[in-house]
Amino acid sequence: MNTENTGPGTYAPAPGAAPLPRMIAAQAALETRLLLRHGEQLLLTVVIPTLLLVLFGAVDIVDLDGEGGGGGERVDFLAPGVLALAVLSTAFTGQAISTGFERRYGVLKRLAASPLPRWGLMTAKTCAVLVTEVLQVVLLTSVALALGWSPHGSPLAVALLLVAGTAAFSGLGLLMAGTLRAEATLAAANLVFVLLLVGGGVVVPLEKFPEPVRAVLELLPISALSEGLREVLRDGAGMPWANLAVLGVWAVAGLAAAARFFRWE
Amino acid sequence: MRDTAAVEVAGLVKRYGNRTAVDGLDLTVERGTVTAVLGPNGAGKTTTIETCEGYRHADAGTVRVLGLDPVTDAAALRPRIGVMLQSGGVYPTVRAAEMLRHMAALHARPLDPAALIERLGLAGCGRTPYRRLSGGQQQRLALAMAVVGRPELVFLDEPTAGLDPQARRSAWDLVRELRADGVTVVLSTHFMDEAETLADDVAIIDEGRVIARGSPEELCRGGAENTLSFTGRPGLDLASLLKALPPDTAAAETAPGSYRLTGTVDPQLLATVTSWCAQNGVMPDGIAVERHTLEDVFLELTGKELRS
Repeated sequence: MNTENTGPGTYAPAPGAAPLPRMIAAQAALETRLLLRHGEQLLLTVVIPTLLLVLFGAVDIVDLDGEGGGGGERVDFLAPGVLALAVLSTAFTGQAISTGFERRYGVLKRLAASPLPRWGLMTAKTCAVLVTEVLQVVLLTSVALALGWSPHGSPLAVALLLVAGTAAFSGLGLLMAGTLRAEATLAAANLVFVLLLVGGGVVVPLEKFPEPVRAVLELLPISALSEGLREVLRDGAGMPWANLAVLGVWAVAGLAAAARFFRWE
Repeated sequence: MRDTAAVEVAGLVKRYGNRTAVDGLDLTVERGTVTAVLGPNGAGKTTTIETCEGYRHADAGTVRVLGLDPVTDAAALRPRIGVMLQSGGVYPTVRAAEMLRHMAALHARPLDPAALIERLGLAGCGRTPYRRLSGGQQQRLALAMAVVGRPELVFLDEPTAGLDPQARRSAWDLVRELRADGVTVVLSTHFMDEAETLADDVAIIDEGRVIARGSPEELCRGGAENTLSFTGRPGLDLASLLKALPPDTAAAETAPGSYRLTGTVDPQLLATVTSWCAQNGVMPDGIAVERHTLEDVFLELTGKELRS
């Protein structure tokens, strides 16, 4: 870095891009900091999932007794759903809203003129989402364990589901952010969050819905993620291939559509 | 490649739907110069600059920036240029100094962000989120972001819009320092005084075309006539004065003892007139030079006020 502050030669051209990994790390660190500093985002990504876990874990509001009865079993049902909700809140809702406003405020445009390539920016965004998710998983797992959660299954299957879910939700979130006005994205992303919270097997078991509705709901990415996590973490199942396949289809479709239709300005 | 001009635009056409924003524009920017693109709102200034920055494809014509195609050679070009957008470009919640440090981190040999913050008078608000900065502070941050990577060429789109006079002069000083250090600067403005004091070269744009081109002096000389007036004793021999002056000069005694010369009024003409006066024992009282400003030139060329 130049140590001369003023005087002739201060601005003498010495152009050049920083090494790619350094650029991506800087971008990811910045976006993570901004995300963790953002009050409304934290409400969505931390406060709401934690509250749901504590509240529904302590009180049998949605009649989870059919799921097993006692407090520990309620948490065994809730914890995987809330983990799925955490992925939804960060990869979809949070990312859609922040990216929508970055587009609106010309941040994406300005960065496009910087040495950071577009794919580098998208990689950095993904890293910021993953870092946030790790923090969410640590927090929610600690709370759930404190509430008497006893998880089963393979950590690898859990990680694979979380990554597939992140890819699916990121594609859909970026598609929304890159095509709608920022205000429309804000409204729609929050609405989708609430709808999927209710209808995606997060806190309300899908068995509570009538059969034809349930068949449709099971194809949603949030249902595939929450049910997949539940099969592994509660029931100790192996790799839930059907759920992974649903997430895979959403991921491919969402990311392809985002790549095709995303407008940078 | 060093020998090519910094920017070479030839026959640029850009349409939005059926509106033609840029209509056969030519512009060459020599390395190490400050070029002002001057024109009213909607003249095509931003479209031209953003095409050079690689944001838009030309519908016709060629654009070369530092010898590269801004769209297909974007990866090679972007580290070498600095960009200040007309507005925005910063996360609303990011702190001013944080954003500048980030832009520095994207470059190999950046300026010291803290020194630049100080230099642009932003030291007091380095920890302020962008959305809480005043318009002028936001502008200065955007300017800092354009230069922090030590580019060869900077594009500044209306760099001093919304700045108070002091901040404006400070921004002008920065542009002069950039030029002195060999950075090429292309700026768009609708402030005449900005173009007049900063630019080596001015391109006046109207309705998507360059309608006049040259140094501020050339432009002021070229358009409207300039005048030199003085008073002396009545009945001076103007024919003998005119013999000493360039052929495009005209002279008249507008009232007994009041004289007015019109033509190319430059230091040489002034010296010739005063030495002629000395030889003829005339004291030219109230000698006054009236030169046209870019504003007059612009009005004459376009019939429009600039700040429309």
